[in-house]
Amino acid sequence: MTRFDRFIDTFFKPEVMQQYWPDIVSGLFVTCQIAILVIVSGISLGLALAILRSYGFKVINLPIVIFVDLLRALPPLVLILILYFGLPNLGINLSGFLVLWMVLTLVLAAFAEEIFWAGILSVPEGQWQAARSTGLGRFQTLIYVVIPQAVRMTVAPLTNRTIAITKNTALGMVIGVPELLNQATTAQSFAANATPLMMATIAYLILFIPVVYAGRRLEKAYAWRRH
Amino acid sequence: MSQRLPILTIDNLHLRYGDVDALRGITLEAGTGEMTFLIGPSGSGKSSLLRCCNRLETPTSGKIYVDGEDITQRYINLNRVRRGIGMVFQSFNLYPHMSAKGNVMLALRKVLGKSRAEAEAIALKQLERVGLSDRAGHYPNQLSGGQQQRVAIARSLALEPKIMLFDEPTSALDPELVGEVLKVMRQLKDDGMTMVVVSHEMRFAKAASDHVVFMAEGQIVEAGPPAQIFDEPVAERTRTFLQEAYH
Ligand SMILES: Nc1ncnc2c1ncn2[C@@H]1O[C@H](COP(=O)(O)OP(=O)(O)OP(=O)(O)O)[C@@H](O)[C@H]1O
Ligand SMILES: [Mg+2]
Repeated sequence: MTRFDRFIDTFFKPEVMQQYWPDIVSGLFVTCQIAILVIVSGISLGLALAILRSYGFKVINLPIVIFVDLLRALPPLVLILILYFGLPNLGINLSGFLVLWMVLTLVLAAFAEEIFWAGILSVPEGQWQAARSTGLGRFQTLIYVVIPQAVRMTVAPLTNRTIAITKNTALGMVIGVPELLNQATTAQSFAANATPLMMATIAYLILFIPVVYAGRRLEKAYAWRRH
Repeated sequence: MSQRLPILTIDNLHLRYGDVDALRGITLEAGTGEMTFLIGPSGSGKSSLLRCCNRLETPTSGKIYVDGEDITQRYINLNRVRRGIGMVFQSFNLYPHMSAKGNVMLALRKVLGKSRAEAEAIALKQLERVGLSDRAGHYPNQLSGGQQQRVAIARSLALEPKIMLFDEPTSALDPELVGEVLKVMRQLKDDGMTMVVVSHEMRFAKAASDHVVFMAEGQIVEAGPPAQIFDEPVAERTRTFLQEAYH
């Protein structure tokens, strides 16, 4: 066998591909599902927390800041393991899917909150004064005047964070979520061949390259309108 | 007009920021359609006084009556009070993500609840009033400073305020753009708008204002018609200030 043949046989073996592609596709589907859920709920929760924080109630802000700092400090895997293996002892049984979704949502929300908060702070005080002086309420000012300007500053850091955290869906593997990497490693051990891992790699690229690209586009679109 | 009812009455107003006494007993009246000019050195409390008048700031004590209503009372709908009192800022503070028309329309739609079509019609009318009909679709970064300030004036006017407050409306402008903003203010005065203006444009004050109020350290030092304050000031402080301001 030539070196090239050995390479093909290890990573792109046609029989293995043929046998396992349905598993990979179903894994891709699960990963996609979690990713979308995490992005939507994480960013919404982060934005909601940032808005709540801007009201400046000490009783609410302290817990928000603690929550954000904790979740930014802890490796997501630690949280996943604690929820998945710890909670059943308290009689709470959550599915792996639910745990993965919750943990990644909370982690993304924590980072998103920080990013949105920095964005809100970067909007000049005069914008608030102008809006309030025309009778707009605090929430209206946030929604129509401040957040649209804040978001513009957040696009770049937020896409980076979102991509980084969404990739952590692969952690679902350790708690039995049938996501992409889990399917691939299972297939790999059955087939005793690395081809499924290569298939997963390609599937990840298919999934995330559009996200990276969309982030770039967004960044450009917003940068262009900045003066 | 012979009789001018006071539309704005400020009674013994005090404002404290921590341990800074920004306003120390301001008492002042302005009649309908009058232009009151506030002058005074930096830090004398001019901006603070304006901000109290539309409750961007809450006075520590004292009263402010607008058209007979005490706007300093504790349980009052601030958003309703504010929309009746327009405010124009030194730095324009236009919303950068909205066109000139959008800037004017926002409060019409979200505060007064007007339909898009109605709000748009009002916005265009107000932009025309400040001479900017042809700039309705422009964004703030496509407008000169003078044009931005005129859009900001239109934004306030659209809510049909009883009083307009101007905080150094021309201080951020290049000298050649000051005139167009003053012209709009002059025209407002001729339309009968009540205005309180903080500005260093002494020549404009002389020509257009009814009262000039000289403030220092949170108090009114001297007040009167422009001719009196500018030509025959009584207080030594006023004299020194005017000399420094002119030279
Ligand atoms: N938000 C604030 N917090 C604390 N102190 C303030 C605040 N705003 C104003 N002050 C203080 O109150 C005093 C009056 O300030 P104000 O801005 O009203 O003066 P001004 O006459 O408008 O001055 P300028 O001509 O520089 O605009 C100053 O001593 C100022 O430092
Ligand atoms: Mg000031």
